[in-house]
Amino acid sequence: MVSSFPRLRAEDVTKSFGETVVLKGVDMDVSAGETVVVIGASGSGKTTFLRCLNRLETPTGGTIWLDGETIGGAFDGPSGAWRSASEARMAEQRRQFGFVFQRFNLFPHLTARQNTAIGPEKVRGLKRADAEALAERELARVQLADHVDKRPSELSGGQQQRVAIARALAMEPRIMLFDEPTSALDPELVQEVLDVMKALAEAGMTMIVVTHEMAFARDVADRVVFMADGVIAEEGPPEAIFGSPQKAATQKFLRHIARH
Amino acid sequence: MNIDWDIIAKAMPLLAEGAIVTVQVSFLSAILGLVLGIAMGLAALSETRLLRWIVAAYVDFIRGTPLLIQIFLVFFALPVIGIRLDEFWAGVLALSINAAAFVAEVVRGGVGAIEKGQTEAARSIGMRNRQILVWILLPQAYRQMVPPLTNELISLVKNSSLLSVISVYELTRAGQAIISIHFVPFEIYTLLALYYYLLLKALSILSKKLEERLPQW
Repeated sequence: MVSSFPRLRAEDVTKSFGETVVLKGVDMDVSAGETVVVIGASGSGKTTFLRCLNRLETPTGGTIWLDGETIGGAFDGPSGAWRSASEARMAEQRRQFGFVFQRFNLFPHLTARQNTAIGPEKVRGLKRADAEALAERELARVQLADHVDKRPSELSGGQQQRVAIARALAMEPRIMLFDEPTSALDPELVQEVLDVMKALAEAGMTMIVVTHEMAFARDVADRVVFMADGVIAEEGPPEAIFGSPQKAATQKFLRHIARH
Repeated sequence: MNIDWDIIAKAMPLLAEGAIVTVQVSFLSAILGLVLGIAMGLAALSETRLLRWIVAAYVDFIRGTPLLIQIFLVFFALPVIGIRLDEFWAGVLALSINAAAFVAEVVRGGVGAIEKGQTEAARSIGMRNRQILVWILLPQAYRQMVPPLTNELISLVKNSSLLSVISVYELTRAGQAIISIHFVPFEIYTLLALYYYLLLKALSILSKKLEERLPQW
């Protein structure tokens, strides 16, 4: 471990699907406790970038470090050739990232408590009673203490997304990745999810949030990153990005967003 | 036309004996086919390419050849390689290996139909592939697997009539024996149809009951 390493470092991350180049080389450092909000038009590569970080997608090129440790493999031996991690090692690394999906992806056959407890029990190896107690604490933290015994189908979209956040938190991740967490929600349910995320950020969680919620970005982000065409086009503190964007693409995107 | 009621009265208990053998053969084949089929279905979902290939080849062979030929193969070919089974167990084995191929497809298809987001979510909390299968995919898939599996069970009972060709004394064979002595094909085949119909009706009522009891979420 190199002590000067940030919590997360992404270097020249590229990703192609067949002929289509989605990421053209993204660099990003995220310090511990920092909240980075990624904005940009759909198709700009922001979701793909997020999914490359915990290797739900395998990047075509580039390197990702978490606390100084390469993700998904290592530069091995004297030649320094890249060697992919084993399936076990990959699973172990992946749990260091909490991931919140646009469509929640809760396990429909499990209650909110079981959804949250299954990772701690099966992956972290906690006793079931301890895992469930932990799940109840995490669910209380996202204001769902009264709903622990409900299945996802009995919960509103906003409640489901908060269970998904609790499920990720129960793994005690080093960083939370949010992939448009409110864009599948009815408008009146958006705020309850954003409130939970804001509280997390204020509690010192390291987070990368891909979102179209500009008010949230302005309010919570330490840094706003604007992506376009598979690269980071502009980044800076929210006051700068929203107050005086430098690039034409950023100005155009923000004008477009403001009209909707 | 004259219906020989006397023969019908005599045939009914004889056919009932055959029906019991049909139930026994079907029950044993269903259990064995289910166990083999689930094992192969899981092998088809494994990471190992060779295992997947073996199951695919097996399923392809079973689907691509008539059951009647498979029955003859088990009955006549196994003794050649030194495995001697009586007709009852040869019949059970033939029906089992046939059913197993279909069960394997149902298991593979049922798990494959689960939305990709489920695997991704399980992965994101650090689950291994095997854990994802056991704790996330199979518990969701089995609900979808029950209707096609009960259909498969119903075809298995119908298919068991083919075992008459290797002289398993099941329902069809019992009927044929009576016909060959008394030459009353109309009466006996009608009775056979009725016996099969009642057996299958009972099965389909049972499977409906089972489907109603599947968990909803």
